[in-house]
Amino acid sequence: MDLLNAFIALSNYVLIPGIAYGSQLALGALGVTLVYGILRFSNFAHGDTMAMGTMATILVTWLFQSMGLSLGFLPTALLALPFGIAFAILLLLGTDKVVYKFYREQKAKPVILVIVSLGVTFIYNGITRFIIGADDQNFLDGQRFIMSARDFKQMTGLDEGLAFKTTQGITIVTAIIVVALLFWFLNKTRAGKSMRAYSDNEDLALLSGINPERVVMITWMIVAALATIAGTLYGLDKSFKPFTYFQLLLPIFAAAIVGGLGSPVGAIAGGFVIAFSEVTITYAWKKVLGYVMPEGMEPDGLVQLMSTDYKFAVSFVILLIVLLIKPTGLFKGKSV
Amino acid sequence: MSNDPYGDRGNKDWSVGNAKGQGSIMPKASGKTHPAPGGPFLIGDSMTAGYGAGPDILHDCTIAVDRGEIAVIVGPNGAGKSTGMKAVFGMLDMRKGHVRLDGEDITGLSPQDRVAKGMGFVPQTSNIFTSMTVEENLEMGAFIRRDDFRDTMAQVYDLFPILKEKRLQAAGELSGGQRQQVAVGRALMTQPKVLMLDEPTAGVSPIVMDELFDRIIEVARTGIPILMVEQNARQALEIADKGYVLVQGANAFTGTGKELLADPEVRKSFLGG
Repeated sequence: MDLLNAFIALSNYVLIPGIAYGSQLALGALGVTLVYGILRFSNFAHGDTMAMGTMATILVTWLFQSMGLSLGFLPTALLALPFGIAFAILLLLGTDKVVYKFYREQKAKPVILVIVSLGVTFIYNGITRFIIGADDQNFLDGQRFIMSARDFKQMTGLDEGLAFKTTQGITIVTAIIVVALLFWFLNKTRAGKSMRAYSDNEDLALLSGINPERVVMITWMIVAALATIAGTLYGLDKSFKPFTYFQLLLPIFAAAIVGGLGSPVGAIAGGFVIAFSEVTITYAWKKVLGYVMPEGMEPDGLVQLMSTDYKFAVSFVILLIVLLIKPTGLFKGKSV
Repeated sequence: MSNDPYGDRGNKDWSVGNAKGQGSIMPKASGKTHPAPGGPFLIGDSMTAGYGAGPDILHDCTIAVDRGEIAVIVGPNGAGKSTGMKAVFGMLDMRKGHVRLDGEDITGLSPQDRVAKGMGFVPQTSNIFTSMTVEENLEMGAFIRRDDFRDTMAQVYDLFPILKEKRLQAAGELSGGQRQQVAVGRALMTQPKVLMLDEPTAGVSPIVMDELFDRIIEVARTGIPILMVEQNARQALEIADKGYVLVQGANAFTGTGKELLADPEVRKSFLGG
């Protein structure tokens, strides 16, 4: 038995990737949950909003790279991120003005807006592929590792290495900052409180003098920022491919629903629940178990519960379990 | 089957949409106002109105309240009492008639602009932000104010001491009577020039009802005219300076509270003898 090496292997393959992926899902789910809470529909276009924002970030990154601008050991994409966010804000506000506003003025029921958002999805999706192509795009530069597996082994003399990618570090730090800012905004500022009031009771918000169009505008701006940040972090950490972002919709929605739709805390918790479930169920536990099990009882097989191809099934199953057992989600969101 | 393309069919699935809390007040742009001096402080003058393209609900109905008064609207179920209030607040389509506030014709204003003009409205249901704390509810009431509203909040807490005790609790967790106090408190935070209450005592126990009436009288004594709809006709008319009995969307009887209480016709039809 070698618990230390087992823990290092677990951290390297499960904990750190899980935390990074969980942070990305949490940021995505926050956007979904905000739209659900305030604009009252499930925004199927969120995955492709992330793709559009990330695409803009990538294009600006390439521009900066060709100009020789860089952030040293950090990826240049961080420098381009504000431009990506600005693009996404314009995109969402434009979409709202052209598409969603019409339905809002008719007081259309949420289900209609859901289908409308599906249409928006396809348009965004097409534009993204048209501009940047359907293939994988690489825009990561800077130093690749904060700590590589080899350095770690040399440093500690352990058998197992622990790699900590720069992108993982950035993801975690950014997620913490963004979440803290968002919660401060929603709970402490006048505008944030007016968003919560509008979410709670539109008519009464109107009777209190809160301007609905302003609430909607602020919401879209925050959602654009969250989507672009989540998308860029995911793209840096893994890679950018428009179709992957469309597929991300499932784990993101699963995260938002597991946590409780409409509840920001729930979105974050849900993000980590989904991420860790995916990672632990598709991870081959042979190595960790080899360290932990008594001698002679080490497993021969991979001990992988499911192939990574099935990772989306994990989101689905968790979603089903939550809907059956606790329909309001972990954090008392809206009952589904 | 409904002809309304944006109707409610297929909307029970909350995994895709969050219909709860969705508003019913249709957005509309404000028209112009013009001076119309004379008359009571707030008057809905010979209003004929209905919802959207639907039939008329109010027929030539007049409701008014003057400075320092409490005016009460009573009447049987479905008489258009709440509708009358909503019409005065611009929440449905006026086909005929005018609303005047403080010598100004505000018929064309949207509800939110009426709030800015100094009208406070407490709806009958969903009149608090349930997920927010009592204090946040009051803050939202003061949303249009850019000045320091701590004085007003202190006044509201003086008027409803229980709210001060519960100020950090979610308003949705309070009892029925306390919720009504939050609702009235929220409306008072704008420092309205006139307060409109739609059945403030609906669904509360008789003891709480007495207390609420006392509070409403206290508010009126501060000089804010109050226009309210009330189910408990007898009790309401006792505190009313002016009473309106509506039947089928039209004025049936009008008079001071005492007159109406003494009127044998009104007693027989609406006050149970």
